[in-house]
Amino acid sequence: MASITTSSLIKEYPGGVRGVDEMDVTIHDGEFFALLGPSGCGKTTLLRTIAGLEKSTSGSIKIGDREVTNMEPGQRRVAMVFQDYALFPHMSIADNIAYPLKIQKVAKTERHSRAEEVGDKLSLQGLLERRPGQLSGGQQQRVALARAVTSRPDVFLFDEPLSNLDARLRLEARTFLKKLQPDLGVTTVFVTHDQAEALALADRIAIMRSGKMQQLGTPREVFQRPANTFVASFVGSTSMNLLKGTVSAGSVLIGRQRVAIPTDAVDRVGDGQEITWGARPEYLDISLVAAPGGLEGTVTVSENLGASALITVELPENGDLVQVVVSEDREPGIGTHVWVTFEPRRTLLFDSEGLRIGD
Amino acid sequence: MPAPAAGTGPSRAVVDDGDVAGLGKARAVAFLAPGLLLISLFLVFPALWTLYLGLTNYRLSGSAAKNPQFVGIDNYIHALSDDRFFNSLGLTLIFVFGSAVIGQSALGFAIAWTMTRVRKSVRAVVEFFVLLAWIIPSSVTTFLWYAMLDRSNGTLNAMLSTGNTAWLLDYPLQSIIVFNTWVGTAFSMLLFSSALASVPPSQLESARMVGAGPWAQFRDVVFPHIRGHVLTNTLLITLWTFNTFTPYLLTAGGPDDRSNILPIFIYRLALNDGALGQGSAISLIMIIINLVIATVYLRLLKERKS
Repeated sequence: MASITTSSLIKEYPGGVRGVDEMDVTIHDGEFFALLGPSGCGKTTLLRTIAGLEKSTSGSIKIGDREVTNMEPGQRRVAMVFQDYALFPHMSIADNIAYPLKIQKVAKTERHSRAEEVGDKLSLQGLLERRPGQLSGGQQQRVALARAVTSRPDVFLFDEPLSNLDARLRLEARTFLKKLQPDLGVTTVFVTHDQAEALALADRIAIMRSGKMQQLGTPREVFQRPANTFVASFVGSTSMNLLKGTVSAGSVLIGRQRVAIPTDAVDRVGDGQEITWGARPEYLDISLVAAPGGLEGTVTVSENLGASALITVELPENGDLVQVVVSEDREPGIGTHVWVTFEPRRTLLFDSEGLRIGD
Repeated sequence: MPAPAAGTGPSRAVVDDGDVAGLGKARAVAFLAPGLLLISLFLVFPALWTLYLGLTNYRLSGSAAKNPQFVGIDNYIHALSDDRFFNSLGLTLIFVFGSAVIGQSALGFAIAWTMTRVRKSVRAVVEFFVLLAWIIPSSVTTFLWYAMLDRSNGTLNAMLSTGNTAWLLDYPLQSIIVFNTWVGTAFSMLLFSSALASVPPSQLESARMVGAGPWAQFRDVVFPHIRGHVLTNTLLITLWTFNTFTPYLLTAGGPDDRSNILPIFIYRLALNDGALGQGSAISLIMIIINLVIATVYLRLLKERKS
């Protein structure tokens, strides 16, 4: 068990592209930590650099008290679970699980009993004599986890652990991982491009873009108080409404409509300042009667989400679109004239560079 | 619509009337005919002709050329009691083992394996030169090797400062083994390159993560993935090497039959000595040896799959 600290870590590819750019991050002992970002943002590169599969260009990596920057992957006491699980197809499940022990030259009988023990913990009883090809995706994933557990590492690294599973199994596996991680108590870093996965699993999330850290925080922090417009639109199953506006006479002017200055930003903005007003669809509501302080518009699209619906409202003057999540029994019809209402404390302002205004 | 009761539904699909594609037999045969014709003309007929000639005393010239007599298995008895035949068979086995199984396979794999860890540009250059050896016409390559191994002005003697060593006279079998390895390595290299490319990188990395060194990675990850390719490669190059005639251009089987591998032995017997009947008999023995080798390999391949 150990913490992970990277200092000014840079991974530069030939041609000058930086996969990881000046990364300073500390992952606490025992933490379940997510690296989140769109594809190509460098999250996998960072994970592989921690693993030692990529050589860092400069900067350092510490695992616990050990400086591992120039160590071989096998010496770092780190176990990795790959996206495709990387099980050895010609070996039995037991041999796969016990493979780290084979490399450590542990005797065969002990290897087998250890494989059984770990297999039990990951509900793989009765599968140990089979081959990986005979197992379902979920079972294969548990075998890959078991192989990682067998080597008793200080740190687990998971590369897109759920993305090779089909949708239903993915939720099941997510719950399984969420329960397993604190049981094992090993510091775990995982990479995902799926914000829902990161929010659901992680104790803390690092959101990356172009090799740079955008925000580091708990799921609640990154969801409710995104550091910038990129995080705001990337996190959340429906992305945040972001409307251009200006500050004028103690309120925000969007088109010709006025909304209240968000609670966080009060006293931090000046008249005439160009800003972006943000609000999550989940925090907005719809009123069929005139609501002072609301945004007036016409319903143009209604998307069914099951127990709720995603309503798109077009504002009259400039064609801005605002999306609102409403519960299933309150869906307005297409063409209805509505007012979008909200609590000012649930809305945010971003400055002209996209950074959130407020603490 | 109620489901049809068992046994009363349309049964066309289950009846195997030999017309799976639904073309009609006549049309199916018409489609196959050109291929069958070419195979018969160039493969089946020569084999049968060889079988026939091997049972006669047919000669290149003289009265037996005009009027060959049927001699039964005399040619086979003659071949199997001929020291030259067994000498040639022994040389062929050493030649095949040395230049194909060991030389081309091992060297081809070594190059392919090394090329997985070098820069792409280096790889392209190396592969270009290895391929060159394979695609240049053999008359040209043998000429180059002649110059290389020449006694008085040869490159090899100059490189090794070995004076006037006559490589082709003193080490004829070794020379053609090295020559054939050099020519044929490209095939094994290409085959192993693509085999190695099919090894999932994540499996190699998984092994690295638990501290597996290069040997353990090879044993536990790479080899199990390419085992089938090793067999296929060995089968093909064994057969090709067994049947190759190109070394004739270098040593002509000599000196004193010391590089007289079977294809050269047959050629000299049938066309230099004019004993076409005997040559055909030994050719048939070669065909049978080829079939035995192929059968053994295919068995191994099948066993591996099941």
